[in-house]
Amino acid sequence: MCYDVAIIGAGVIGALTARELSKYSLNTVLLEAAGDVAMGATKANSAIVHAGFDAKPGTLKAKFNVKGCEMMPAVCKALNVPYKNNGSLVVAFSEEEKAHVQELYERGLANGVPQMSILDEAELKALEPNLAPEACGALYAESAGIVCPYELTIAAAENAVTNGVEFKRDCKVVGIDFADGVFTLHTTLGDIETKYVINAAGVHSDEVSRMIGDDSFTIIPRRGEYFVLDKAVGGMVKRTIFQCPTAMGKGILVTPTVDGNLLIGPTAADMNKEDEDNTATTAEGLALVKKFAAKSCPAVSTRNAITSFTGVRAHPDVDDFILGPSEKNAQFIQASGIESPGLSSAPAIAEYIAGVTVEAIGNVGRNESFNGERKDVFRFRHATDEERAAAIAKNPAYGRIICRCETITEGEIIDAIRAPAGARDVDGVKRRTRAGMGRCQGGFCGSKVVEILARELGKEINEITKFGSGSNILFDRTK
Amino acid sequence: MLNYDLVVVGGGPAGMAAALKAKECGVKDIVILERAETLGGILEQCIHSGFGLTYFKEELSGPEYAARFIDLVEKTDIAVKCDTMVLDIDENNLVTAVNKKDGLLKIQAKAIVLAMGCRERPRGALEISGTRASGIMTAGTAQKYVNLDGYMPGKKVVILGSGDIGLIMARRMTLEGAEVKVVCELMPFSGGLTRNIVQCLNDYNIPLRLSTTVVETHGKDRLEGVTIAQVDEHLQPIESTKEYIECDTLMLSVGLIPENELTKNVGIAIDRVTNGASVDEMRQTDHPGVFACGNVLHVHDLVDFVTMEAQLAGEGAADYILNGAKETVYVPTTTGNGVRYIVPQRVNIKNPNDVKLYFRVGRIFKNAKVVLEIDGNVISSKKKIKLAPGEMEDVVIPASVLAGMTENSTITVRVEE
Repeated sequence: MCYDVAIIGAGVIGALTARELSKYSLNTVLLEAAGDVAMGATKANSAIVHAGFDAKPGTLKAKFNVKGCEMMPAVCKALNVPYKNNGSLVVAFSEEEKAHVQELYERGLANGVPQMSILDEAELKALEPNLAPEACGALYAESAGIVCPYELTIAAAENAVTNGVEFKRDCKVVGIDFADGVFTLHTTLGDIETKYVINAAGVHSDEVSRMIGDDSFTIIPRRGEYFVLDKAVGGMVKRTIFQCPTAMGKGILVTPTVDGNLLIGPTAADMNKEDEDNTATTAEGLALVKKFAAKSCPAVSTRNAITSFTGVRAHPDVDDFILGPSEKNAQFIQASGIESPGLSSAPAIAEYIAGVTVEAIGNVGRNESFNGERKDVFRFRHATDEERAAAIAKNPAYGRIICRCETITEGEIIDAIRAPAGARDVDGVKRRTRAGMGRCQGGFCGSKVVEILARELGKEINEITKFGSGSNILFDRTK
Repeated sequence: MLNYDLVVVGGGPAGMAAALKAKECGVKDIVILERAETLGGILEQCIHSGFGLTYFKEELSGPEYAARFIDLVEKTDIAVKCDTMVLDIDENNLVTAVNKKDGLLKIQAKAIVLAMGCRERPRGALEISGTRASGIMTAGTAQKYVNLDGYMPGKKVVILGSGDIGLIMARRMTLEGAEVKVVCELMPFSGGLTRNIVQCLNDYNIPLRLSTTVVETHGKDRLEGVTIAQVDEHLQPIESTKEYIECDTLMLSVGLIPENELTKNVGIAIDRVTNGASVDEMRQTDHPGVFACGNVLHVHDLVDFVTMEAQLAGEGAADYILNGAKETVYVPTTTGNGVRYIVPQRVNIKNPNDVKLYFRVGRIFKNAKVVLEIDGNVISSKKKIKLAPGEMEDVVIPASVLAGMTENSTITVRVEE
């Protein structure tokens, strides 16, 4: 069979685009090289919905960021994932930086960012009393927010599959042929034929592009390192705290997460091309994060760190998003070079790319049975006592707590495995349910999650992996 | 809603001993709430021997030690709810718990014994840079995989931290055919028991490298190796001493943290050194009717001491249930030279019995004296060949001394070199 559209890459762009396309009667397949959705840049970033004042006016980044920020609350609501409109502050720590803040404010006006204001020191410290004494003013953008990028992506993929999109994991595209108006994608799961291709391969989008002879851009992978701090200090700041941006990015931020932790980072260091899948943290990087986070909030201490991670940004050498049909082949549609503010822009990019694709195909009907509302996901930790009792009465598995730190039940873990495009490994369960994300980092629940996965998937426990092929947790049986 | 005189949170050695003691003292309705499928707590996976030498005067394995108490509990009418997680305790001693069978449980208690044990410190708290490959786990998790599930979590192992579980697992993995390459300890001394260093490392020629830590992990999917380095006197890695060691598993035995989320919910004061509740000599917290014992109060090295401490808590809880709150005149215990913490943190001088103070030193002392000073007078001075942070020590305040104290008295334990 020949698909109408194959989307390469199940990150936030690929998954949301798949969901947009599921509004139409098209045969769409979402291909992911890794063992799960959201495994690249989507998994590890600042989890911020930027207001849109950073990008230069007139760029795609500026346009899609402002639009995406506006769309995000409704998308998150439909998909039943957390979103918080907490606002952001770009803080000035000197008179010189105040000028910079003013510049950002004006850029924001040019980009059409709503609800911005310049705060003086007193106003700033009334909002955020834990900022450093040197903080002397700020740009306040009330439309900014925070989301959980992988939860958003998981939900989007799930909703897309529910609405008819096919999802193939462990399906890496290694070559592309084009003949008679049809692409043949050579993948690790065999050949796949499709009329249209959407390239949402993130840090690998330039490689995929070159498979059809389009070498108009190159991705320079750029590492960003972070710490996640315990919920005990999650309320240190209410808003996302930026420092003035530099050539390499928006600097080290301090922000609450939608789950109540505190996130500090990222660094920004260009990497060698061959290292683009290397998400190792470095001693130097983590030291930088500590140093610069303390500049914003001196009380932030990595003594409260529960984990650290590295994300790799897909920074394109052309310095803007690459969106729309390739010049080499109009049936090959780029959604490439998506770096910050990619997450913020994602709903708008997805809508745009789906629109371009549908227009190119022409004469496409609506999918009459499309339902964009993802069904309610039971979250024991958020439920009232009455809801909990009712849920357990229906399914006793909701009465068995597996993850002590985050209060996650066996029922929620089973739901995550059985969901469309569901979890297949320990990290997949973790991203979908938060089991193992608390302060003990899976010390208590890790082995139980392995058992549940083995049982649900009909496997032996030594076949269960942390995050897909090769990351097995257990070896053979003991003597 | 259910009503019980005593709710014991945790069915490990502490919870069982506290419940049994309270029963013995005449408390009628007692329930033990345990999150695992069976009573016994962490002892169930500690299949090595060395338990019970102090309490039973014989050497038992962990499950054997637990079984003695499980048998005793079963002979009483103490109610037991396993596979049950306590979600909350409020200031009125109302306990909320959940399990598959009963659903959501609300239990009103007259008194509560907190016996939730402790958890292992994870990697994140350590700031080891590198990849997030599979094969990095706490020693306790590895112990569960080997001893309860019967699977090998690794073949070439590096252990970071010389806590007792790490030492025990070094031997266990070796016996199961794995190669334990090295045990690294950040500090210049081990945090484990001397007998474990001898029996688990020395007897198997496993090197213990002091003042050494893991600075980086390598490997994309499964761990392929770690970089270790010696540390300077500020515990910072020395660049020139970096060394790559090939391994597929990194086990962490870098400390235990009392599991006090519930305790904090009640608003009970926590000792910043022990990370457990601050208690009196009967292990009562500052919240009336709430007692704490075992590793949730402070991390013990021997289960025998957990049992004895839990019996005090059980006795205290029984007294509270049967006779109401006692008249108290508290005198705080003060740490002097070399002493890191003391449990209990305060002593009721109206207590008619001898009171034992448990404490740990902050570093290694050789040929030193442990001095108990009350109101500036030396009550006892005991010679010790060696004092180490890994081994808990004790001193006793005799009842006769206690009887002569006033509310303005002072109690100090210190090490004299």
